[in-house]
Amino acid sequence: MAPENTKREDTCPGKKKTLDVQSLDAKALDLAAVREEIASTSGPEYWRSLEELAGSDEFREMMHREFPKGASEWLDSFSRRGFLQTMGASLALAGMTACTRQPLEQIVPYVRQPEDMIPGRPQFYASATTLGGYASPVLVESHMGRPTKIEGNPDHPASLGASDIFAQASLLNMYDPDRSQTPVYLGETRSWKNFVDQIRTRMAGQRAVEGEGFRLLTGPISSPTLANQIQALLKMYPKAKWHQYSPLHRDNVLAGSMLAFGQAVETQYRLEAADVILSLDADFLSPSFPGSARYTHDYAARRNPDAAMNRLYVVESVPSPTGVKAEHRLSLRASEVEGFARSLAASLGLGGNAADSHFLRAVADDFKAHAGSCVVIAGEQQSPEVHALAHAINAHLGNVGKTVVYTETVLANPVDQTASLRDLTQDLREKKVDVLVILDANPVYDAPADLNFADVVLNSGAGLRLHYGLHQNETAELCQWHVNAAHSLEAWSDGRTYDGSVCIIQPLIAPLYDGKSAHELVAALMGQSTLTGHDILRSYWQGQAKSADFETWWRKTVHDGFVAGTAHPAKAVTPKAGLPPLKAAAAADASTIEVSFRGDPAIYDGSFANNGWMQELPKPMSKMTWDNPGWIGPAYAARTGLKSEDMVTLEIAGRSVQVPVWIQAGHPDNAITVFLGYGRRRVGRVGNGAGFNLYAVRSSDAPWRTTAKITPLAQTYKLASTQGYQTIETATITRPVIREGSLAEYKKKPNFAQEMEDTPERNVTLYPNVDYSDPNYNKLGYAWGMTVDLGACVGCNACMIACHSENNIPVVGKPQVVVGRHMHWIRVDAYYQGDRDNPSASFQPVPCMQCENAPCELVCPVGATVHSSEGLNDMVYNRCIGTRYCSNNCPYKVRRFNFLLFQDWETPQFKMMRNPDVSIRSRGVMEKCTYCVQRITVARIDSEREERAIRDGEIQTACQQACPSNAIVFGNVNDPQSKVSKLKAQARNYSMLAELNTRPRTTYLAEVRNPNSQLESAEHAGVDSAVEQG
Amino acid sequence: MAQIFHRSINLYSKASIVAVVLLGGAAFAGLFAFERSPYITYQGVTKPQPVPFSHQHHVAGLGIDCRYCHTTVETSNYASIPPTKTCMNCHSQIWTNAALLEPVRDSYRSGRSLVWSKLNDLPDYVYFNHSIHINKGVGCNTCHGPVDKMPLMYAASTLQMEWCLDCHRAPEKYLRPRDEVFNMEYKQPANGEPVSFDGKDYTDQKTLGMALVAKYHLRNVTDITSCSTCHR
Repeated sequence: MAPENTKREDTCPGKKKTLDVQSLDAKALDLAAVREEIASTSGPEYWRSLEELAGSDEFREMMHREFPKGASEWLDSFSRRGFLQTMGASLALAGMTACTRQPLEQIVPYVRQPEDMIPGRPQFYASATTLGGYASPVLVESHMGRPTKIEGNPDHPASLGASDIFAQASLLNMYDPDRSQTPVYLGETRSWKNFVDQIRTRMAGQRAVEGEGFRLLTGPISSPTLANQIQALLKMYPKAKWHQYSPLHRDNVLAGSMLAFGQAVETQYRLEAADVILSLDADFLSPSFPGSARYTHDYAARRNPDAAMNRLYVVESVPSPTGVKAEHRLSLRASEVEGFARSLAASLGLGGNAADSHFLRAVADDFKAHAGSCVVIAGEQQSPEVHALAHAINAHLGNVGKTVVYTETVLANPVDQTASLRDLTQDLREKKVDVLVILDANPVYDAPADLNFADVVLNSGAGLRLHYGLHQNETAELCQWHVNAAHSLEAWSDGRTYDGSVCIIQPLIAPLYDGKSAHELVAALMGQSTLTGHDILRSYWQGQAKSADFETWWRKTVHDGFVAGTAHPAKAVTPKAGLPPLKAAAAADASTIEVSFRGDPAIYDGSFANNGWMQELPKPMSKMTWDNPGWIGPAYAARTGLKSEDMVTLEIAGRSVQVPVWIQAGHPDNAITVFLGYGRRRVGRVGNGAGFNLYAVRSSDAPWRTTAKITPLAQTYKLASTQGYQTIETATITRPVIREGSLAEYKKKPNFAQEMEDTPERNVTLYPNVDYSDPNYNKLGYAWGMTVDLGACVGCNACMIACHSENNIPVVGKPQVVVGRHMHWIRVDAYYQGDRDNPSASFQPVPCMQCENAPCELVCPVGATVHSSEGLNDMVYNRCIGTRYCSNNCPYKVRRFNFLLFQDWETPQFKMMRNPDVSIRSRGVMEKCTYCVQRITVARIDSEREERAIRDGEIQTACQQACPSNAIVFGNVNDPQSKVSKLKAQARNYSMLAELNTRPRTTYLAEVRNPNSQLESAEHAGVDSAVEQG
Repeated sequence: MAQIFHRSINLYSKASIVAVVLLGGAAFAGLFAFERSPYITYQGVTKPQPVPFSHQHHVAGLGIDCRYCHTTVETSNYASIPPTKTCMNCHSQIWTNAALLEPVRDSYRSGRSLVWSKLNDLPDYVYFNHSIHINKGVGCNTCHGPVDKMPLMYAASTLQMEWCLDCHRAPEKYLRPRDEVFNMEYKQPANGEPVSFDGKDYTDQKTLGMALVAKYHLRNVTDITSCSTCHR
């Protein structure tokens, strides 16, 4: 036997390499081999991770497994013997579980029941959440006074029913058990009254000197009421100063507006009217972009190949969901984008010199052909010049008033926030400050490193430093006073959405820890500590309301969630003639690498760091959880030999930070993108210590882009990316799980996606064929089904957080994600295709397919997963004994197993947060998407009581409801008139893995792209994007 | 060599085989019975309550309709336990000084809720909806028993799954016309006492049940025994 083995290893080098981890990784990075592989395949070849593309043995093993390696093994420090003992004991007692007596439960009715309150039926209240100062209109679901879910407000044009990840996850922020629970003075618990008494004398002293030593630092504010209060405060203390700072500021947007128009204006886009869209490093389909919910809706509405399709060009330095959706994507370093913008302006006839390239020419020609119906969008991190150029191009092509609208600013007092913070630091350094009030900002953690804010504030000698916020965070640590804030679900407030319309924020629950709203704190600073937030808000709007009957007007406004008619009207502005002057570019240094800073796609600037849903949310492109590695491009990795998970030191202007790297397909060469928001010290048990703090190397003069010296360390760091997990095995060339085509192909052959399919005849099964339209089997005739439009999906993850919130899904933590035990019921897979340095990509949301011939049901020994008469693949948690046969047999890998007790059964805050309509699953239980069966049941019972059929669209699954692009449609497939039936009848409709005869109820609509023929032919001829950069 | 065992042992050994089977069976049957016993199910067991509220007095004696207190039984999954205010609607006028009612008055004065023990308590993974059962013609006392004869309240049924399925597998055995749902005196049709429904007299439950199943559009047994009907 032995000689044969040796022989085998000799002839099969791949086999040998499994023993040698080092060389295996080297193989994963063998670019030349990968290129060859791509070149040798003729059809489209899709891949999800670079390991998959390289075809590593490790990847193949993973694909054949039900869960990734480690998920089903017992790796924790618990001996095998101990395990068997426990196992034996539990088996012996297994039969006894049914004999458990129900614990004595109590019923606590109201003393006086509120009107309209029906126990067991949720109520919905209109409110809003804010991010970076911009409000998102929401509806909050409340079960007997407990807010349990946040959804979009369908009546507001900024939401149209959709909600982004930040708005939804703010629910968990409110229930965060690590929130600050009392005012604190020098580490001691104090009362609000005690605080008010103390501050009164302090503020009286400031009154005497007209507020000479009084400084207020806030985040960006769009609330008209708060802005009005701060104005009054500044009138009371005329020499006081108001500073604003948020690390993910829009300073460059503001500066660009000043450069172009000489005044601050808000730029809004009308994407429904745009035939051609060019993004200059603008990730406008991602939720941190103000207005993204509406932009995504308008963009996706134009992706229907049967109507007039739009076309998206993206020039970007950081791979983003917007880039994924692009018809044509140009990968440039951030510093090169301005050159591209200038060249584009020049070729459109705005003057200057154009560096000619194929891509540029195509865009310019397309723009000229669509003057008035095209738009350029510049990214927040791009220089003011790029913004000014975008304004100039939009004006030149006559887009203003059509696809671009200028209005008053949304923020109440837009300032250059970096300069504002720099001023404050200067004053602190010069010991001019006696009272420093920090309102909902965390500069000790997130201020640019060169300002040394922590040292400055400690040595400032300020007699009263007050921090107000949700957590006793890094800044609170350095302040004498800390006042615990009320969350936006606990307090009255208001705020403006991206279009300027005012949303009223109403409390859904009394403050859990008696926190105060910002309004109440500012009032206290003015000696009006008895005013409630409600009084302040009402009295402000009493002055604003244009109605004689204020009470009626107010009730309607609070009910609707927004003040009608407050959207900013369009403002006529014209850009200054001429192009912004060229700034001398710093000489390129061969030994350095370009660094781009970005806010984290999930935890934003760090304010969501203690939010388990967000930490565990796979980020759109890298599918990274719990960490923030720096992204490098495959070309750079190949040149330097860096691998994903290698640690490097980044040295920027004398400051350095260590960070792991991640090879991100599509990332430009010689550049690294790092993400802010991680590496927090004082935020809570979830966020403390997760990731790396990149604020430590960010400087105030180059907040978004700089250069660094990069030094590899001989160290690796384990990252928890779910990118390669749950990979589906199929013939990727003939029957890919993701299908797409160009508009021309679609016009020629609309059913191109179905042609790849090989669905067996309905009767080719040994099991009984159920007819779901037979009234003897299924009386009401509902057969639930879903379509997911891959053309519309922008990978924003709103569905994942919605599902998390709706279905009480537990958070498992990084070590568990590493071994593949994450619990998301719906995942958004990213598939790449083509060149690793500039791949095209697609997103595919994958919930349970609810197969009619479900492989999982056949193998369950206890009947815990069975079919309902309406075709749902029911999962009965209380029957499940955890054999995991079902997930082993699921070709879509959508089942999730509670390997451990992941759900938090103890923390009282989390008990309040849970959706009472969905069971909480315990250890040893399989779980999965149920098409939100709790919502189906409610609608069915309501309709039966009213003796009618369920209306089409009456049931929205949580994922569908959150989706800003309406990519997910759910309904009755037995009704030919339902929206889902009509979509399923489209030629684009296809089933994933149809050849397995599973007959999934969830089907996909193939993506159709609308490429520019000018560029398409060039790409086929092999013109590399790298050529464009010259 | 002499035999080790006496002949009579044969009898014992045979008897022991039977005994093992019998004892094993008895143990099994015992467990089955135990699981269905009131110790486990609380069927027929009263629990301590803040006020010894008598349904017998209020329902049979005073003739108060179920829905006067259980207001949401027709619209929600919960029937609702009335707020203290509902008690005080009458008891601010009558029995105003009764010592028995002091907890009620105290609750009303202080704003602190009365805390009742839950009697009909389903496991948390079972989702029951009152409104649809009422709507389909399941009478209150079909499940809750002769409430009008209970001075102290107790659960009349086991609320175990086999009990639920008994009706879900053959709802016609129990249904009654909608206008009789809240009638505590209602009796299933018998030869001497027919029940009239839809202008017709029915003398046996089977035919009445089938007529009601058709009239109230009850779903098929396959539908209402699908797992997700109650579990999710």
